[in-house]
Amino acid sequence: MKVVIMGCGRVGAQLAAQLESDGHTVTVLDNNAYSFRRLPPDFSGTALLGNGLDEEALKKAGIEEADAFFVLTQGDNRNVMAAQIAKHIFNVPRVICRIYDPLRQELYQTLGLEAISPTTIFAQILREKLEG
Amino acid sequence: MYIVVVGGGRLGYHLTKALLGEGHEVLIVEKSATICQNVNDEMGSICVRGDGCEAATLAEVGTGRADMLVAVTGDDEDNLVACQVAKHKFSVPRTIARIRNPQNEILFKKLGIDVTVSATDIILEAIEEEVPTHPLTHLLDIRDTGQEIVEIKIPPESSTIGKSVRQLSLPKESKLALVIRKEGKNRVPTSNTVIQAGDRIIALTTPESEEALRMALRGA
Repeated sequence: MKVVIMGCGRVGAQLAAQLESDGHTVTVLDNNAYSFRRLPPDFSGTALLGNGLDEEALKKAGIEEADAFFVLTQGDNRNVMAAQIAKHIFNVPRVICRIYDPLRQELYQTLGLEAISPTTIFAQILREKLEG
Repeated sequence: MYIVVVGGGRLGYHLTKALLGEGHEVLIVEKSATICQNVNDEMGSICVRGDGCEAATLAEVGTGRADMLVAVTGDDEDNLVACQVAKHKFSVPRTIARIRNPQNEILFKKLGIDVTVSATDIILEAIEEEVPTHPLTHLLDIRDTGQEIVEIKIPPESSTIGKSVRQLSLPKESKLALVIRKEGKNRVPTSNTVIQAGDRIIALTTPESEEALRMALRGA
């Protein structure tokens, strides 16, 4: 599959490496070249400098042919907007985005975005730890 | 009307002042404590500190009974989210978003934001109008129709001078509305109207046929 990942933070970089070793074609997009240091030295996918809210940058990253798009920047609103560009302008079949704010995650889930809130999930894990 | 303004920067501040002046009930939601303080010191308690993209904040300021929400922060993504939360969580009937990147207009429209205002476009048009040699000036977009009203100036060297409108091959999407001439000899053009040097022609057209219209009126 062709996969585009926006945001080369810890999660983005790790996901890129894993998907690549699964045999997918991976492009990582970030607006700060320094973030690409997190990619493993043997990463053979594409690392592209650009703003994921800019349609031109997304096109360069191959969004038009992508089978899946992961949106993993630090900003909830950036993620929400990029995910909706991918879904509604470029019709990417699978768009998955991170939204830290649980309320916003809930709202966008009902609006049809595949949104994951790490806040909710992590809190749940911690709670389960305590309950043993 | 009850209007919630998200973003208390220069635009939000002046907008609020104007809306209050028209007798509306207005509330600003602003992230920065300093800006909030300054606004409240001057206009009374009308600025609430908080994130206008958060449902909790919007609930607190009574967005549920708002007739309109206007998002005028400096970030397109924040304005989009504030409007979407207002629309889908609080069923606000009318949402208006400021956009910086004119490209985003299509996306915002698709996502149900009622009105987008692009400062970039407006400034661009205003400057265009002031460039004396600019052949075609945008005067007005006719909202939601894909049509616009433009002005075309006929310079003395145009090859169309002396020709009548009938002889011009105007694109079919374009309609000439008015010819403005010196000394108030303005006229509504008919097929017999003859193009003169210095004419300013007001026309209805589409962005796609702009260039064809310009060519037809001024010659290549």
